[in-house]
Amino acid sequence: MATLWRRRERFLGVLGRLCRTVRALSGKNEYDLLVIGGGSGGLACAKEAAQFGRKVAVLDYVEPSPKGTKWGLGGTCVNVGCIPKKLMHQAALLGSALKDAQHYGWNIAQPVHHTWSVMAQAVQNHVKSLNWGHRVQLQDKKVKYFNMKGSFSDPHTIRGLTKAGKETIVTAENIVIATGGRPKYPMHIAGALEYGITSDDLFWLKESPGKTLVVGASYVSLECAGFLTGIGLDTTVMMRSIPLRGFDQQMASLVTEHMECYGTKFLKRCFPTKVEKLEGNRLQVTWKNTDLGTEETDCFDTVMWAVGRAPDVKTLNLDAVGVKTSSETGKIIVDASEATSVPHIYAIGDITEGRPELTPTAIAAGKLLARRLFGQSSELMDYDNVPTTVFTPLEYGCVGLSEEAAVQCYGSDNVEVYHAYYKPLEFTVAERDATQCYIKMVCLREREQRILGLHFIGPNAGEVIQGFALGIKCGATYPQLMKTVGIHPTCAEEITKLHITKRSGLDATVTGC
Amino acid sequence: SCNEAAKYEKKVMVLDFVTPTPLGTSWGLGGTCVNVGCIPKKLMHQAALLGQALQDSRKFGWQFPEEVKHNWMTMTESVQNYIGSLNWGYRVALREKKVTYENAYGEFVGPHTVKATNKRGVEKLYTAERFLIATGERPRYLGIPGDKEYCISSDDLFSLPYCPGKTLVVGASYVALECAGFLAGVGLDVTIMVRSILLRGFDQDIANKIGEYMEEHGINFIREFVPIKVEQIKEGTPGILKVTSKSTKGNEIIEGEYNTVLLAIGRDACTRKIGLDKVGVIINEKTGKIPVNDKEQTNVPYIYAIGDILQDKLELTPVAIQAGRLLVRRLYAGATTKCDYVNVPTTVFTPLEYGACGYSEEAAVEKFGEENIEVYHSHFWPLEWTVPSRDNNKCYAKIICNIQDSERVIGFHVLGPNAGEVTQGFAAAMKCGITKEQLDSTIGIHPVCAEVTTKCGKSSPGTAEVKSPSLVFQSDTA
Repeated sequence: MATLWRRRERFLGVLGRLCRTVRALSGKNEYDLLVIGGGSGGLACAKEAAQFGRKVAVLDYVEPSPKGTKWGLGGTCVNVGCIPKKLMHQAALLGSALKDAQHYGWNIAQPVHHTWSVMAQAVQNHVKSLNWGHRVQLQDKKVKYFNMKGSFSDPHTIRGLTKAGKETIVTAENIVIATGGRPKYPMHIAGALEYGITSDDLFWLKESPGKTLVVGASYVSLECAGFLTGIGLDTTVMMRSIPLRGFDQQMASLVTEHMECYGTKFLKRCFPTKVEKLEGNRLQVTWKNTDLGTEETDCFDTVMWAVGRAPDVKTLNLDAVGVKTSSETGKIIVDASEATSVPHIYAIGDITEGRPELTPTAIAAGKLLARRLFGQSSELMDYDNVPTTVFTPLEYGCVGLSEEAAVQCYGSDNVEVYHAYYKPLEFTVAERDATQCYIKMVCLREREQRILGLHFIGPNAGEVIQGFALGIKCGATYPQLMKTVGIHPTCAEEITKLHITKRSGLDATVTGC
Repeated sequence: SCNEAAKYEKKVMVLDFVTPTPLGTSWGLGGTCVNVGCIPKKLMHQAALLGQALQDSRKFGWQFPEEVKHNWMTMTESVQNYIGSLNWGYRVALREKKVTYENAYGEFVGPHTVKATNKRGVEKLYTAERFLIATGERPRYLGIPGDKEYCISSDDLFSLPYCPGKTLVVGASYVALECAGFLAGVGLDVTIMVRSILLRGFDQDIANKIGEYMEEHGINFIREFVPIKVEQIKEGTPGILKVTSKSTKGNEIIEGEYNTVLLAIGRDACTRKIGLDKVGVIINEKTGKIPVNDKEQTNVPYIYAIGDILQDKLELTPVAIQAGRLLVRRLYAGATTKCDYVNVPTTVFTPLEYGACGYSEEAAVEKFGEENIEVYHSHFWPLEWTVPSRDNNKCYAKIICNIQDSERVIGFHVLGPNAGEVTQGFAAAMKCGITKEQLDSTIGIHPVCAEVTTKCGKSSPGTAEVKSPSLVFQSDTA
């Protein structure tokens, strides 16, 4: 056996050398572009390159989660991110709509019950249709697709391994790494790996997660806890320190405040120490409360870790080719053109250091990269003023700087903050609490009053912010926004009516129709 | 405007009076928007949207009995209660700002003098240095037998003390389509009678898509007919009315029976009976509207006008508010800013909402020439509609650019959910002069409907529209 293996390795070595020799002799790589990772960034880059008539291949492979969950082509966003998240968020929102409906005259007996499996099946079916759609698109655009796990043999050679262990060698002139990230497990907590799940598993559960503890303060944590609460599950969020680190903290507090009013339980300034399994499959979690200095326990049906994501670089064999990664985060270091430390090797998306972990930026970066490589373009990706939305029960959309970042950058004397508490019209008849519906615009104080950041909490926050992000891209100023007539009645119009500054100390509650 | 003027310590008075409708409906302080316009309209539209949400929710796992019925009275009561709170709020605000308010009908009787007549007929005279006319409009009637006796208008609909039942809506304005839309949405049998085109003045390509959608969702359309007679067959709340209509294209006559007939054929300015002739204010005799200069001044220097009564201006609440505020600042705070009527965004709250800002495609072609504009467009499928398998190719976005001006965006149109929320920010961007290039370089928020605006592709000349892959495929239109 050992002899056979060695022979095989030597054969592989010979094969590898043969490939390189062939390439060196003919000067030709099999593909113009090879993309490792079939997610948002990878697919966009591959399809764009194919449009230029290039020979392109994509390698995509999903290592099953510790719980065994796996999925098809499309990456995180399609399978275990944006798409299933937004659909489940919608399910939760519809629960609120059902309550509102009564006030609007619909005779529907409360309370209404939710069945997880109906929702999960519908969501999973939709995701599968997207997997299929992506495969068809690749086919249509003549991009070769390999369901294989790729690793570097040399700067132009990738070794692809199928699930069954079959190997294929692929060579390419240019290689783009777009393998994204996977959820982290807190390995120092006993039982974390054996008994906990992550977002990778949540969206594929066939049965309801039941009473759930979500550990983490990221948007992943809050969004998941939000929709679990919304569909009627007993949900708790455990946070070690602040919510939504990196986001405007005033807005982050309003988001969690609303969640608390909405029914999500919060264990603040707590961290888990162990997870144990009880009889009947329940889990007992023990944690430390840093404020009280006490140790507490409770039982849950599910424990979900949302404590951050780690870049998927381990099996790429980057050392073999010398692609540099950040010693702090493990992410691949790239320059403004998405180039790594090795010529002809690029990286885009969640795997790259210092970039937003968002689908639209990955897609845009991928497309622009393809255009620079094959389309005679020199346009670089602009990562400034990228808008985003957190889909918590009360949504939070933002673009530009947080208030604290603006103050740090320009000094509080040079920053003017306009704000308003408003009430969506639809909440009135529904008798819904609008306490956390709030808008904040951070501007430079000098004459022109350029807008540095815009923050909106309320329904349809993403829809509201998108257009304003366009304005900010054009260098919008406060006077320009005030000249814009509002659309009535909407929530978004309140942005065009902002006139109370924080500096004035006046009451910022909107009055009137 | 009053609140604004009072800020500058001016002595201000407001006269507000609602002449009851032919059927006797009346309401409190706040005008059309608050009482019989934007506010109740949007709330009833919301009721209809919630009906759709109920159906969707089953696919998302929510369980409840098959048939859920709607109760008109519950909805109307909630809406009226909220309006009542707004009426009250306005009275309190005026009081707090020390604006004198009288619930009386005002008319000019001589220079700088108005006569105010209250409900009980008591008359008082007031003089002022300046006057602002903001009397707005009221729905027009057809002028046919039975219209005032038996038909209702939007003035009556929002406080109707009984369910309207099977309804005929006459008209093709946004008022007609919005009302027909929510009436159908709460489960009523609705027919719309249209004399010629839908949403005159709006982008016709979009107007037709709106009509198509409504028809596909159960609203009946009778095109190219006008009612000539309305008779009552049975009294009641509602009763039964017989409507006789004539074709606009020939002599065909049709008859139909309905519980309610809602007229939404246009609005007339309330300028004919307020004594404008006594002070020499010129109005357009045909339309009743008042022409003003760019400072909202009539031909009489001390008399100003704002809102729906203005000639050639948009009949929208935010425009009226903006004009009023800026006017007062110019009069009393030394400001010079005039109201900017260019690129005013608007939204039609039909079942499939339509948000627009700037030129319609036909207006752009007319003004700039077809070869000088580029139209980018895309259909999209809101992610929330996938699971309930709804209308996968109805939502649509269209962006019109001026090639000769760096492809500046001169027209924006979006047909889809939350169109108002989507359009507002876009209007701000247009105010900043956004170009197609800047649009393309802005990152979308995923997954929301609005991101489609960052992904529109060119329309191919001639036949079928370019259909971009649906949104859920993280669309990559070239």
